Formats: sequence, structure tokens, C-alpha cells
Amino acid sequence: MPPEGPATARSLGGPADGPAYVQADRYELLVNGTRRTVEDAWLGESLLYVLRERLGLPGSKNACEQGECGSCSVLLDSVVVCACLVLGVDAIGSQVETVEGLSADGDVAEIQAGLVDAGGVQCGFCTPGFVVAVHDLLRRTPLADEMAVREALSGNLCRCTGYGRILEAVRRVQRSRAVSDDSDGSDGGTGDGE
Amino acid sequence: MTANSGTGIAERVTGARRGDRVGDSPARPDGAQKTRGEFAFSSDLWMDGMLWGKTLRSPHVAAKIRSVDTAPALAIPGVRAVVTAADVPGRPTFGLDVPDQPVFASEVIRYHGEPVAAVAADHPEAARAAAAAIFVDYEPLVPVVDPEIALEASPIHPDGNVFRHLVIRHGAPDATGDVVVEGDYEVGMQDQAFLGPESGLAVPAEDGGVDLYIATQWLHVDRDQIAASLGVPAERVRLYLAGVGGAFGGREDVSLQIHLCMLALRTGRPVKMVYARDESFFGHVHRHPARMWYRHHASRDGDLVKVEARIVIDGGAYLSSSNAVISNAACFAPGPYRVPNALVEGYAVRTNNPPCGAMRGFGAVQVCFGHEAQMDKLAAALFMDPVELRLRNALERNDRLVTGQVLRGAVPVREVIRAAASHPLPPPPDPAGPVTARPGGAGATAGPEDVRRGVGFAVSMKNIAYSEGFDDFVTARLRLEAGVDGEAVATVSVATAEVGQGFVTLAAQIVREELGVARVVLAPPSTVDVGSAGSSSASRQTWMSGGALQLACATLRAELVVRAAELWECAATQCLFDDGDVVRAATGERLSVPDLLAPAPLETEHEFHHRPTRALDADGQGDAHLSFMFAAHRAVVDVDPELGLVRVVQIATGQDVGKAINPVQVTGQIEGGVAQGIGLAVMEEIVVTEGHVRNPSFTDYLLPTVLDMPDVLATVIEEPEPGAPYGAKGVGEPPTISSGPAVLAAIRDATGFPVTRAPVRPEDIALTWMRRTS
Amino acid sequence: MRAARVALPTTVEEAVEALTEAPGAQLLAGGTDFCVEVNFGLRRPPAVVALRRVQELRRYEVTPASVVIGAGTTYADMGGTELSAVLPALAAAARTVGSPQIRNSGTLGGNIATASPAGDTLPLLAALDARVTLRGPAGERTLPLGEIVTGVKTTSIAPDEVVVEVVVERRTGPQQFLKVGTRNAMVIAIASAAVVVDLEAHEVRVGLGSVAPVPVRATEAEMHIGDAIDWRATGGPRASAAALARFGELVGQAASPITDHRSTAEYRRHAVQVIARRALERCVVRAA
Repeated sequence: MPPEGPATARSLGGPADGPAYVQADRYELLVNGTRRTVEDAWLGESLLYVLRERLGLPGSKNACEQGECGSCSVLLDSVVVCACLVLGVDAIGSQVETVEGLSADGDVAEIQAGLVDAGGVQCGFCTPGFVVAVHDLLRRTPLADEMAVREALSGNLCRCTGYGRILEAVRRVQRSRAVSDDSDGSDGGTGDGE
Repeated sequence: MTANSGTGIAERVTGARRGDRVGDSPARPDGAQKTRGEFAFSSDLWMDGMLWGKTLRSPHVAAKIRSVDTAPALAIPGVRAVVTAADVPGRPTFGLDVPDQPVFASEVIRYHGEPVAAVAADHPEAARAAAAAIFVDYEPLVPVVDPEIALEASPIHPDGNVFRHLVIRHGAPDATGDVVVEGDYEVGMQDQAFLGPESGLAVPAEDGGVDLYIATQWLHVDRDQIAASLGVPAERVRLYLAGVGGAFGGREDVSLQIHLCMLALRTGRPVKMVYARDESFFGHVHRHPARMWYRHHASRDGDLVKVEARIVIDGGAYLSSSNAVISNAACFAPGPYRVPNALVEGYAVRTNNPPCGAMRGFGAVQVCFGHEAQMDKLAAALFMDPVELRLRNALERNDRLVTGQVLRGAVPVREVIRAAASHPLPPPPDPAGPVTARPGGAGATAGPEDVRRGVGFAVSMKNIAYSEGFDDFVTARLRLEAGVDGEAVATVSVATAEVGQGFVTLAAQIVREELGVARVVLAPPSTVDVGSAGSSSASRQTWMSGGALQLACATLRAELVVRAAELWECAATQCLFDDGDVVRAATGERLSVPDLLAPAPLETEHEFHHRPTRALDADGQGDAHLSFMFAAHRAVVDVDPELGLVRVVQIATGQDVGKAINPVQVTGQIEGGVAQGIGLAVMEEIVVTEGHVRNPSFTDYLLPTVLDMPDVLATVIEEPEPGAPYGAKGVGEPPTISSGPAVLAAIRDATGFPVTRAPVRPEDIALTWMRRTS
Repeated sequence: MRAARVALPTTVEEAVEALTEAPGAQLLAGGTDFCVEVNFGLRRPPAVVALRRVQELRRYEVTPASVVIGAGTTYADMGGTELSAVLPALAAAARTVGSPQIRNSGTLGGNIATASPAGDTLPLLAALDARVTLRGPAGERTLPLGEIVTGVKTTSIAPDEVVVEVVVERRTGPQQFLKVGTRNAMVIAIASAAVVVDLEAHEVRVGLGSVAPVPVRATEAEMHIGDAIDWRATGGPRASAAALARFGELVGQAASPITDHRSTAEYRRHAVQVIARRALERCVVRAA
């Protein structure tokens, strides 16, 4: 079954307005491990807008705002989603991890270096989304084969590279991890075959 | 020659100097920032007290504007300004070539989505509500949406409906061949679909001018258009390049620039504007749809005798760069083949459809679908192998184009064809393979028995840089100084727009190559401290900005030698520049660049012009172009003919690059360009019915995903181009030109159907299948 | 608009309370349709009731007779091992929805309540005569899917009702879902078909998507092929090429497609019969 959701969702929402409702204009979010206050917000603001325009985290990109490009990929309670399709208020009580926060993770840094070295970055607008999506893929399925990699990244559009150098970056990271796992004497990780 | 494969960049066997100079593949200097989300794109800008701008656009295709009432918008809390045509302080129109497009429509609407007003408010939601509250009283008119009808219709603009009519007459007009093939072809409207939406931040300045941080392809031409419409001197309009999320031609024209500056000046506050994706589809020009008729004549042996063509491109409501696009389309209508006789007629027409202008491949893309389908038809009529026919007729050095221009540079057409043809073919479809590897992908529509494989071939040519007498130049400044740690620092000031193509990498490679200076800094491009670099388009910046930089380096190298000679009290001719040092020939003594910079920095500025070109004459004759690039593509596709679904399995290509200054970046340009070619071939089209854009979203305007992109096997042909820096031609456009036509050829091969339209739609294939099987 | 409110209930009961309290409140599940409309200024609800925290909606239960799927089950969940074993066509349909990111967010309940003609799970639910349970202030009611989805993006769900779960009877036999789109991934269906073969009841069930205002059953095609199949043939049920072709024709007749910017009516009608026939051919033996 899916992972347990946050149990304390309502307590972070500030003072309750009536039995069920909280005001949507002031709330707290947990972003990259830090409690951040969103003030003077409007209900229709997406998590993407809140991150970019209210919390000073423009790393997640605004290419389509309709869930068709993956440029705004973030981890919401460890699941990769499009931040443009999450209402800011609906992220209350959840752990939000953006490309800015993930960059502190050594595994993510390896992916980032791989993308740069392999030539997987051109204009770079899709790049943060790819970093998040590749990280999500490789931690779940380290040994994903070519078609599995393609399917996992099919929600991230790139208009510049034709994907060739991005796939090459993923292959390089997979190879380098396989080698370092071998030297650790481990089995190299297992894919779940999806 | 460097062979690349889908699995990586092959190392060069000889002459490689690993590192970060010309011919190496250093990583992009902005790459790490981009991967961390730290690179500031134009939509990431933020300033205290800034307002949000929003444009109101016409829902009508053609209409008279009876009145505009902005009062309801101004009454909305948080709204700070509304501007319309009545508020444009200077020239009411703009345009790259001729200013025929209103900043805001005042009396007449000529296309769906034409701007009518813009607002600035505290919050994007207030701005959106305000734009919606403006009341415009429209009187809808019957639009003119068919370019053939527009040619004869009463003018929809004071400048008339024909942007340009061009005829190329070459050789004997009545020549005929033994074998004649004829065909009609059509190309739909493609969008550049850069991922970073149009956006910018305008900040009012104390001098009455404005500072604009903007994603664009050409800072200086934007500035001139903005200044004219604002009615202020150009020097008071200062443009700074903000991070550009792709361009592909779609940022060559002004979109929100003038609106933003007007709002900033009106409110006295910084104003930010970011188009949402739907608005982006209305906010920039697209690739011209084209209708083409061709008749090819050949001898029994397969020599081309004559090409006749009539090409009509739909420029939409305003001129943009239509005149240059139709010129390219007409010049390259025959493709990269020796054609002794030709009659080519080209029309660029004004209609009430969305304006069209620059997109990667610029006129050469549309005609390539025509001339390559014709070559296949001819090969079939002659019972010849299509590749053999192309090799037989391939242009070579000193041949003449149909414009009479003699090809003096590198013309490796046969080499690119052979390179594309010699890559290994992919294994046949695997019946046991994953369904995502078949046409229809995740939809699981095709079983192994439903799939037919086809192979197709296409070859293309295109010009580099601006043509027909345009004064094409780049200004570059280079400063050399000793840094605080004593190491030499080179600072490059050039207004070249980095749009993702990798000029920032190349610029540093060139300086390192020329001066041996490791530390190269690129000053932020702007209009403030350096002249124009022209547009990042037409595959021209490696040649033009690279050339300007190479020239600047040569000047400073000479000055370093003179400094050394003065110190050694010898003649400068006795000194050599050698990899970052000046060497005294007689003694072998060396002085390093930092040593020589210790007394004072060195600085130089150069304006680099390419060899002049000429406008085509009344018969379409003249040396209109600087230089040419050639490419060949072989496509392998799997088609499910019953459903009309296609999967591109492999693209193999040979591309004439002159010199690969950065092989990894060249590979990236090839793969990325191929993706846009495949997109145009099988899925990308702005659907316009009666002038209305029907699919302004990424839900319905489909870009290839990673599941749609095949492996690309690329061979680059490095035959140096005389006059080009390091012999390097451009690389950006050719991959987009013939990859699509190769895919259509492969679909024809797989199905036997006459696929004559790009993009091919499932129904185009499937309904032919139905008719043939019923 | 600044005073807009949001409810973040953790139980269905709280969600219903919140809906009752604020007329006009919008239910928000995965957000993959609703948030697009908000982002583009098409929807401005005064209040939102977000269901992401309601764990009781994100569950399923497999019994010998039926499968109960909570409305909060995501498309990604539908691809999980246990659900895909009992409802492989649901897993196949879920795999075609949008992108991995969308599949992590979008839910079964959202697919039903949005009621798009192109909703990817709906053809299978129609084929299986799914029953949908709604809960409102007056309690629960259970309706067949066909009475829930009443037209293009319209349903009979009351403004104060929450989709709780979907129940389908288990069927023994192969099932398939095929979807036509112009791209190999992340594409809205031009036509889709779910085919379920019931080896015990000796029947074939067919649901079609994107070829009518609502998901439709191809009942005539079902009856024709149910009779035409030799259910007791060795090696599994067997159908003649002619019967399969006729099946396709009848499927085409069940469709009432339109022409829009995505495709033409003529192509949709053709495509849906091709994919329905192919889906069935993967489930039965085609007689030589």
C-alpha cells in the first residue's frame, strides 16, 4: 500500500477557521527541511508559484504549468510530482524537496555533474526537473534498463538536447555507481524491474 | 572526421589535446548552476516592489475595434496601470524588417491573439482579473486565411497582402527531361516551443529611460524597436540579457518588450511579465506553413535537367522575417543538387493567420520536404537507388546554384550522404521487445505483426549568417589583465545572446586557444558597453562572434609580442607567441602573459563583418549568401499502417561542420535538431482553423518525449571552410532540415503511401490504408 | 478572493462536513485537472477541500468476488503488483496516463469526477459495470458508472458528495487496454478501448473511450462475439477472422465520435474498431 501520509496535517495549518477550514492566506510549509511561512497568499497559488515567487526558490521551472513538461518536478513526501499541479496550501504538513535542497545530496550532485559533463545541459530550463526525475528514478531503480529509463523520464520534456546526452549522463552515473558498489563488495543494487 | 554514436562521443584518434581549447569538449561554464536551479532565467527575476504585467489579446481573428474601456480594470484593487495603443509614446508599430505590426491593435485586429492592452498590478491574479475586465467592443470581420486567396483578396493591411514575390530563372526555361515527376507538398505550422516562456523585468531609470532584463536572441535590435516606440533615445533603453530558456528563432521578434517598458515607465515601478504557456503560443512568430508544387526533369541516366517549383508560404498578419524566409525557400528549393535549369516562383503572403517568422532552418526546412520527396519519386521513375541518384547529382565545389552563385567553399555533399548511408542499420523489430518500443508506445496498440519497417533518406543545404546584402557584423571587446593572484584574466565583452547553443563555452575555448590564458570571463551581455552582435540565429554566432573574438585575440597577441620585444630590446619579428608565452627566437627566453600584463592591462575592440553579399536581382540571380552547410539524414521507422502510428527507430546522419570546435556540443546540436525535425515530421503542428489557434498548450501541441526520440548516429565531416574561424561552419540548423523529410521518406517506404504532408497525422496514413484495403 | 479557505480533512466524514459548510467548495484530489484550470484562470472556487490526507480513500481490497478500489488510489498505485494482477487492464490504462509525475498524483476518484471523455480508466470501469460509491451528508449511495458520468465533464455527483470507492466484480480471463495517441507517451487518448474476456460467463465486455461524450459499452459487438467465440476450443477460446472483423465493425458502430483539433471523427471510428479487435485478438485464439 502507499506510504502513510502525514498525520499532523491540520496542526501546521494555523488557526482553524470553523470546524474544517483554515485560511489559505497564511500558512507554513516544510521545504528542504526548513519551516517556511507563506504570507498574504491567494488560494489559487500553486506550490510552484509559492516556491518561486514567495519563498525565493526559483529552481523549479515554470515551462507549462499544466503538468506536461516536468520542469517543476519536486519531491512531495518523497514522491516526484509536478509542483504546478499541487496547490500551495495542499502541501501543508508535507515534506517538499526542491532541486535547491536536493543539491546538498551527494547522489544528486553526481547526477548534476554527469549532466554537465555529458553535455546534457543546453538552455538548462528543463535541467532542474530532470535532476529531480533522474534522482527519483535511480534511487528506486538503480539498474533501470534503457527503456525503463526512457519511460521514467518521459514526463520531462527537453527542447534542446533531443535527450541523447541526458540519457548518456544517466548511463554514466549508473556505470559509476555499479563500479563503486563493486569495490564496496556489494551486489550493485537491485532493480524492481518496473 | 569524428565518429559519434548514440552511446557517446568517440574520442579523437589523432591531434587531440585534452583540455579546454578548440577541438576539445570542455563543459559549459553555466552548466553546474543550471543543474542546481541557481541559474537566473528571465522568469526568475524578482525585485522589491515589482508589479506583474499581463496582456489582453483579441479573441477574434479579424475585427474592427469600436472602443476600448479600461475603467473596469483600473477599478480592481491592486491594479496600477492599463496601457493601450493610445498610450504608445513613440512609433505605434514595430518589426524586425519593416515596422508593420502595431504595439497594440488600435482600430483593426488582424490575428487571433493580437495584443490590445496591457496591465500592471500587485499580484498576477489581479493583473489577470484586470485584463479580463477591460471591455473591448469588437466588430468581427470575415478573415482571410487562405494564402492563395489572400494573393487576390483586398488588402488586410495598408502594405498589401503580398510580402514578397520572387522568381528565380536559371538556364534554359524550356529545357525538358526524359523523365518528369511532379508533386504537391504541404508543411504545417511548427512552433519553436522553447521551454522558458517569454519573460522579462523592466525597471524605470532616473534618466527617464528604462533598464530591461530580457530573454532575447538579439539585444540591440530589440533595443532599437523599444526606443522607437517609447520615443526615447536608444541610449536610454538599456537591455541586459537574462537567462534564456531556448529560442530556436522564436525570440528574434519583439514580444512583450515594449509592453513591459511602457508599464514600467507608466507606473514608475519595476514590472515583471511572464507568459503562461498558452500565451506563449500567441506571443511569438511560428514556422511558416508552406504549400509547394514541384516538377523535376531528368535525363534517362538520372542527371537533373530542370527543377520547376512554386512555393507559397503563409506569413500571417505581419511581416516579421517573411521576406528572408521566402528568399531562402526559393534559393534552396532544388536542394543540394546540380540543376542546370530552373524556374522557381516564391510567394510570402499576408493573411489573418498567426504571424510567422524565424525558426531553426528558416525556409530551407519547408522546401526540403518537397525536393527530397521529388528526388525519391524521380529515383523510382528511373528505377535507380535513391541514394545513388542523390550522389550522382550532388553539388560540388565550383558548381553553381540556381541563383548563379558559385560555390567557393567546402561542399562535402557526397561525403555527408556516404556518411549517413554507411552507419549500421538497427536490428529488425524485436517481436519479444517491450511494447513501448513499437508505434503507439505506452498505448500498447501494436503487436509485432502490425508493424512495418521503412528506411528513408534526405539531404539538405542551408546558408550561414545573413544574406542578400544585409550588413552582418559583431562587435567584440577583449581585455587582458593580471588578476590579484598574478594569473592572467581575459574578459570578453560581446552582446551575443547565449540561448543554450553553447557560445559561452566556445568563447572561452577560442580565447584559450589563441592566448593560452586559462581564466576567461564573459561579461554579461548587454547593450550598455558594447555594440551589436547580431542575432543568435542563422547558425551564425560561431562564425561571427567567434570570428570577432579570434580577431581580438590576434590583436592582443601581437601587442603582447610587441611588449616582449620592447623588454628584450629586439625586433618584434624576433619574437613568437607560443601557448601563453612570448618566446625570443634567438635565445629561447620566455615571458609569460601575466608577466607582460604587469605594467598595464591590454584591451581591444573589433567589429567583425563577413564578406558582403548581394540582393537577388529580378531573375533571382546574385551572390546572395556567405556560405553553405550540408547534411544528410537516413531515417528508420516502424509504422503501424492500420492505425497510422509511427515510431522513429534510428536516425543516422552525416553533417558538414567545417570544424567541430566542441564535439560534445556539436553532438548536442545534432541530436536536439533532429528531435525538432522528427517533431515536425510526425507530431508538431499548431492547428489553425479559420484563423483560430486550436491547441495553444503542451497538452495538445505535442513535443517529442524521450520515448519518441531514437538513437542518433552522427558523423561530422570536417572540411575547413575558407574564411571561417578554424574553418568552422554553423551546426544548429542542418539537423532540423533533412531529418524530418527522411522520416517521411521512411514512412513512404514502409507503407507505399504517398505521404506528402508534414506533420503526417495518423489519419493521413490510416485512411489511405482503409481505402486501399477495402 | 484573499479570504478563500481550504479544508485539509483526514477523514471522508470531515471532507463531507467541509463541503456542507461551504457551498461552492471544490473537491481537490490529485489536482492534475483542477490545478491546470486554476493556473490558467479558468476556475476560481471560493474554497477547496483537499483530499490528499484522507488515508481511508487510498486503499483497495481484493476479495474472491470483487475488487474495491478507494477513490484516492493513484495511477501509480494501480500499477502495483497486487492490483495489476487482478485488473491488468486497469494497470495498463494507468500506465498510459500522462507522465510518471501525473501518475503519482492523479487518482481514480479524480478520473471519475472529472468525467472527461478521454479519462483513461473509464473504458475499463464501464466494461466491468463498475459501481461507484458516493458519500454525502445523507449517507452513502452506490450508482453504476453510467449513472455517474452523464456527459462531457458532467456528473450526477452532488456538490456535497465525495467519491469514496469503486467496486468491480472479479472476472476470470484475459483483459486488455489499448489507447491511440499521436505520441508514444504523455498523450491524451484519440481513442481507447478496454476488452475483458470472462472465461466463466463466456462473455466479452468492451468499453470505449474518446469516441463519445461518455465512456460507452459496445453491447452489440459484445453479444455478437460472445456467440461467435468457441469457448470450449482446446487451447482457449477461439474466434474466426470473420467474427473478429465483424466485432470490429460493431464496435465502430457503437462509437459516436467528433472531429476536433486532436483528430477526426472518421479516424476515431476507424481506430477504435482496430484497437478493440486487436485487444480481443490478444485474448482469444484466432482461427486460421
